[in-house]
Amino acid sequence: MAEKVEFELVSPEELLISQPVDMVVIPGGEGHYGVLAGHVPMITTVRPGAIVTYEDNRVTDRIFVTGGFAEVTEERVTVLVEGALKVANLDRAKVEQDIKNFGEDVEDAKTDEERVKALTNLGIAQAKLIAILDDNSGH
Amino acid sequence: MPSLKDLKNRIASVQSTRKITSAMKMVAASKLRRAQEQAEASRPYAERMDRMLESLASDILEKGANADGLPKLVTGSGSDKVQLLLVVTSDRGLCGGFNSTIVRETRRIIRANEADGKTTKLICVGRKGRDQLRRDYGNLIVHYFEDIGKPRLTFADAGTVSAKVLELFDAGEFDVAHVVYNKFKSIIAQIVTTQQLVPLAPPKPKDDVIGRNLLKPSIEFEPEEQVILAELLPRNLSFQVFRSLLESAASEQGARMAAMDNATRNAGEMIQKLTLNYNRTRQAVITKELIEIISGAEAL
Repeated sequence: MAEKVEFELVSPEELLISQPVDMVVIPGGEGHYGVLAGHVPMITTVRPGAIVTYEDNRVTDRIFVTGGFAEVTEERVTVLVEGALKVANLDRAKVEQDIKNFGEDVEDAKTDEERVKALTNLGIAQAKLIAILDDNSGH
Repeated sequence: MPSLKDLKNRIASVQSTRKITSAMKMVAASKLRRAQEQAEASRPYAERMDRMLESLASDILEKGANADGLPKLVTGSGSDKVQLLLVVTSDRGLCGGFNSTIVRETRRIIRANEADGKTTKLICVGRKGRDQLRRDYGNLIVHYFEDIGKPRLTFADAGTVSAKVLELFDAGEFDVAHVVYNKFKSIIAQIVTTQQLVPLAPPKPKDDVIGRNLLKPSIEFEPEEQVILAELLPRNLSFQVFRSLLESAASEQGARMAAMDNATRNAGEMIQKLTLNYNRTRQAVITKELIEIISGAEAL
């Protein structure tokens, strides 16, 4: 692959990653999509999930994000997130525990507000688990 | 005339004050460096956020601005009767005019609003600002945060503040919101800045934007612009709050450093004066004792 795309991951607190890669797969609000150099410009939302970078057809990095926005131009992908974590650093046992806890929170929620909050947390924890499973199976 | 012992005590006490102030100056200097680094680190996000908002804004303009579909955060509530002020001050004192200037500006705005027949509501961030405003405008303070950004300011801290602002806005509690904070210019200069938060004016697309778009392929949005905008705006609000908190934190340390530097220098001067005074007094005492001995001997 000749051309590379500049991948930038930015949180309000710092510029996390800025490096050229062959391909990035982003968990878009309406489905995952891969970005190669020369992609049509677009702006999308980002769901909780793993951003995967590829180099020479091999996965180089998996980064879990809790959601945000992505801006794609022909030569650049910019992802604005609030928090990011390497998938390799996620602790499976803890994530599974979280899913259990947040699941109970959803059951116990007394107001709609609490329920929405618990559901959001549950969604994030589930996305984390999916990211871990993907990582293990090498997808 | 203070006695020798009194003078000695005073010198000792001023010396220990100087030690404290100079230590505080050092601490402020190192905290300032950290705060500045943090402010610096948030810049890339700001640039990209602006770029994204600009793309969205120009796109929406192109398709013909129909204000109906736009979130209220952009268009405002159609009134400006109730003004919300987010007053950003520090939790701790000993930082010169840092808090007073903010409070003075806040009072000025409140009075100006009163003259225009508008109501003001206050959200105070930081103990010092609230303490100063409580006496005159206690009834205007709707909410109050303290210990924000301890031990380190995170985006989540800004999130709690902006969540409160959004909650009030959704409840129709105010029409227009501003944030008042100290913008960090240098260690000796902090500029009191008032910035509008709600309604949030998207950055004006540059003049050449229309021409540029003809050459460039137009941007696709997924989901559509309105939905993205509706999600992006609250985040942008949090981020604006975050920026002002960062600026304020850097300014606070800068102001404290300058104030402590002054205090250290004053203490130094005072020690010099007191030491001179002490030596003179000591001389006087010795002379007096000699005279006493001599005159005693003469009397024999």
